[in-house]
Amino acid sequence: MSEPLLKVTGLRKHFTVRKGLARQASVVKAVDGLDFTLERGKTLGLVGESGCGKSTTGKLLMRLLEPTAGSIALDGRDVASLRKDELQSFRRRVQMVFQNPASSLNPRMTVGSAIAAPLAAQKITPPEGVKKRVQSLMDRVGLRPEHANRFPHEFSGGQRQRIGIARALALEPDVVICDEPVSALDVSVQAQVVNLLKDIQDELGISYIFIAHDLAVVRHMADDVAVMYLGKIMEHGSRDQIFGDPQHPYTRSLLSAVPSVELGAGSKDRIRLQGDLPSPANPPSGCVFRTRCPAYALLPEEKRLLCRDEIPTGSVACHHPDAPLLEIPAAATTLV
Amino acid sequence: MTSFLSVKDLHVEFPTDDGLVSAVNGMDLSLERGETVGLVGESGSGKSVTTQAIMGLFKDSKARVSGTIDFEGTDLISLSENRMREYRGKKIGMIFQDPLSAMHPFYTVGEQIAEAYRVHNQVSKKAAKEVAVDMLGRVGIPAARSRADSYPHEFSGGMRQRAMIAMALVCEPELLIADEPTTALDVTVQAQILDLISGLQQETNSAVIFVTHDLGVVAELCQRVVVMYGGQCVEQAPVRTIFREPGHPYTRGLMASMPALSDETGRLKPIPGSPPALLDLPKGCLFAERCEVAKLLPEGLCREERPLLRIHGDHEVRCHAHERGLLAVGGPSAAGNMKGESADV
Repeated sequence: MSEPLLKVTGLRKHFTVRKGLARQASVVKAVDGLDFTLERGKTLGLVGESGCGKSTTGKLLMRLLEPTAGSIALDGRDVASLRKDELQSFRRRVQMVFQNPASSLNPRMTVGSAIAAPLAAQKITPPEGVKKRVQSLMDRVGLRPEHANRFPHEFSGGQRQRIGIARALALEPDVVICDEPVSALDVSVQAQVVNLLKDIQDELGISYIFIAHDLAVVRHMADDVAVMYLGKIMEHGSRDQIFGDPQHPYTRSLLSAVPSVELGAGSKDRIRLQGDLPSPANPPSGCVFRTRCPAYALLPEEKRLLCRDEIPTGSVACHHPDAPLLEIPAAATTLV
Repeated sequence: MTSFLSVKDLHVEFPTDDGLVSAVNGMDLSLERGETVGLVGESGSGKSVTTQAIMGLFKDSKARVSGTIDFEGTDLISLSENRMREYRGKKIGMIFQDPLSAMHPFYTVGEQIAEAYRVHNQVSKKAAKEVAVDMLGRVGIPAARSRADSYPHEFSGGMRQRAMIAMALVCEPELLIADEPTTALDVTVQAQILDLISGLQQETNSAVIFVTHDLGVVAELCQRVVVMYGGQCVEQAPVRTIFREPGHPYTRGLMASMPALSDETGRLKPIPGSPPALLDLPKGCLFAERCEVAKLLPEGLCREERPLLRIHGDHEVRCHAHERGLLAVGGPSAAGNMKGESADV
C-alpha cells in the first residue's frame, strides 16, 4: 500500500504552567503520545470531551504549535523540521476551518478580501485572476458571488461558516483541519454545512481531520475515528467499528451518554460516567481513564492492579476490554 | 379546567433603531403540575424570550409584552415589578445556560445560594448557609460543606451547573424553567445533569419547562414537546406522538436534518434557507418560505394567510397542509426520516 498522506507518530505536546506565589512549575500533558494516519480523500474524526486535547492536536498538525516530541509527516516529509520558506508551501497544503465563524473572520474585511487573503499571501494566483477565483469559491460553497463586498456581520452563522470554508479551500489544500466546524450552528443549518463538506470532499478528493464532540456528526463525516481522553487515544478504528462494536469502556460510555430520540431506549441500562475529567496537569497514573471507568469500578481487586500500569498501545488502549460495564442484576440472571 | 401555567397569545416586541423586532408572536403554552415540557426550536425562535417573559424579566424595560401568562390564577403580565419579586425565585425558579456568567464571581457559591434563600425566607445568615450546604449536597456536590466556600471559577462546568440548579431549587419553586442547561456541557456530564434534574423533579413534583434545541434530550426527559418557530408554537404533542407522527413540516425537517447514532449514514436532509427575519415578518405562515409542502397547496395560501393552531386530541399543529390532511401520518417526508420507528414498533 502506498504511503499515507499524513502520518503522526508519538506526537506529544506538554505545556509548562507556573502557578501560585512560588511560581511552581507543573506540566500539562495536553497531547501525550498520539499515533494515527490519514489517507488521501478520507476523513479522520477526533472525538472526546473538552480538555481531551483534540484542538491542540489540530493546532499541532497545522504547526501553529511546536510539538514537544514525535513527528508529523506529510507525504513522508517531517513537518516539524520545515524551514520558514518551506513552511509557507506546507501551509498551502494544510488549511483549517475554525469553530466560531464570527471570531475567525476579520469584521473589518469584506468577505471577498477575506477569501482572497490566502491567495495574496501565497502569490499563486495572478492579481487579475483573484476576483474570478473568489467568485468561483463563493459559488462553490453556496454563497452569492455578488455578496463579495459585504462584511461578515451581514451574514448568518451558517453563511459565515461557508465563508470560512471558502477561505480554507482557496489554496486547494490536501488536508483541511475542521475544528468543531458545525457545533455553533443550529441543526437545520448544521446539516447544510455537513453536506457541503462532504460534497467538496467527493469533488476535490481532499482529506479532513474532523474534530468534534458531537458523536452523531462525526459518524456522518468520518471514515476512521479516534476517541481521545486526557491527551491519549483510547480507541481507534473504522467508523463501523467504533460506532457498531465499540470495545473500550470509554467509547462505550461516551456513546451511551448521548441522548437518543429512539423511543423506548431504556435509560436504565445506560452507562453513567461519574465526576468530571481529571486535570491534565495531574492525570491518574497508569490507565488515565481508571478513575472514571465503569469497568474498573466493578473489577475485583487483583485485576485492578493491572490498570495501574501504562495502557497498552494498539487500537483499544485498555487492559480489560472485555470486562462488564454494568452490574448484571441477580434477578435478571435467574430469569434467563 | 385551568392549567397550572397557561400562556395565551403572548407577544414580546423590542423597539430597536431598525424597527420593531417581534421575538414572540402569539405564543401558546400550558403546563400541569409535575409535568416536564420541552420547548424546542432553533436560535431566534423565541424560546428564551418566552421563558424570560414568564419570569417577568421584561418589566421596567422597553420591551412590549402583551397577552396573558396565567400562573395558578394570577396574570403575571399585569403584576408590578414588586409583586413579581414574590414569584421570582420563590415560585418560579430558573436555570441559565451559562452558569459562569449567571453567578457572581466575587461571592462564594454558598453565599449566593444562601442569599437566594434569604430573599424569600426570614432566617439568619447562619441558618441560610446550612440550607445552602444541604442543597449542594442534594445536587451531588461532594464535600458540600467545604465546597460551599469555593468561588464559581473554582468549580468545573458540570459542578457549576449543579450549583446553579441548587440555587434555582433552594426555595422549592413550583415551576422550574431550565434554559438550555446542558448545552455547554460534554455528553457525559450532560447525562449526569439530566438525571439530576429529573430526579429532583420527581422528588418535589414541580413542573419543568426545559428549553433546548436537542431533540434527543427532549426524548429522554420530557413528557410533552412544544416546537417553536418564529416566535410561535407550530406544534405540540406528547413526546411519543411527536417522534412517531410529527405533524408540522418544520418538525419533520428538524428530525430529518439531525444526524443519528444508528441507521444508515446517508446524506442529511437539511431544511433549506434560514429562519425568518424578526424585523419584518411575512404575512402568511412564517415557515412558508422554507416549506416544501407549501407548493402542494392552492396558490399563495401559505404566503398570504397565517395558519391557526388546530387541535387534534392532544396534538396541536399550525399548518394549512396538515389541516387539509395533505400530510397523512407517515407521509412522504416523514416515512424515511423517522428514527427509531423500525426499532421500536
